[in-house]
Amino acid sequence: MKRSHEPVFWALFGAGGMLSALLAPVLIFTTGIAAPLGWLGADTLSASRLQAWLVHPLARLALLALISLFMFHGCHRLLHSLHDLGLPRSRLAPWLFYGAALLATLAAAALLVSIGG
Amino acid sequence: MSLDRPVPKAYVRPMRGWWRRNPYFLRYMLREASALFLTGYALTLLFGLWRLSQGPAAFEAWRTALATPLAIGLHGLALVFMLYHSWTWFQVMPKTLPPLPLPAPFVTAAGVVATLLLSLLVWAWLQ
Repeated sequence: MKRSHEPVFWALFGAGGMLSALLAPVLIFTTGIAAPLGWLGADTLSASRLQAWLVHPLARLALLALISLFMFHGCHRLLHSLHDLGLPRSRLAPWLFYGAALLATLAAAALLVSIGG
Repeated sequence: MSLDRPVPKAYVRPMRGWWRRNPYFLRYMLREASALFLTGYALTLLFGLWRLSQGPAAFEAWRTALATPLAIGLHGLALVFMLYHSWTWFQVMPKTLPPLPLPAPFVTAAGVVATLLLSLLVWAWLQ
C-alpha cells in the first residue's frame, strides 16, 4: 500500500491551528489595528527595532514558524473547503495549496537569512 | 462489483448552498472561512518581511499601507474570525488531544486562559 502524506499535513495543520488559536488574535490586533491607529509607541514596530530584534536567531525562528504554520493551517483548511463547496476532487489542488504554503515558508526563510545574516 | 461506481445519468444531489440551511453547518463554514483570513494575515506578514529586507523606507511604505481604513477594517474582520477560530479550536481540543484525566470543560478553559495570558504578555511586551 502506498504510504499516505496526510499525517504530515495533519500535524502541520494541528500545529498551525494551536499556534493561531493562542496568538493570532493578539497579533492581528497589535500589527493590524493598534499599531496603525497609533495606540502603540511610534517606534514599537519600526524597521530599526524589528531589525535589532531579528538579530537573535530565536526571534527569526519564531517568525518563520509563525508564517509557515499559519500558512499550512490555512491552506489545509482551504483545500478541504473546496470539497465542502462541491468542487470535484483534483490531483492538482493539494499541490497548489500545500505548494503555496511551502513557497511562503521558503520565502520567509530566505528573507530572514538575508535580514539577520 | 463496487456499489459506489458512478451510474450513467445518476441523480447527483445539488450541493449549492447546503451550508446555509442549518445554523450548525453555517457555523462550520464560518469557522472554515477563518482560514482565508489566517492565510491572508500570514501573507501580509511575509510581505512586510520582504519590505523590511529592502530597507527602512520600503518598510515605512508597508506600514503606511496598513494604516488605510480598508486595511484596518480587514484586520478587524480577521480579528473577529480568528477569535471564533480560537474558541472553536479549544472547544474541540478535549477530543483532539490524547486522552487526559481531566474533564472536557477544564481543557477548553485552559486553552482560553492560556490565550488570554499570552495576549496580555505580548501586549505588555510591546508597550
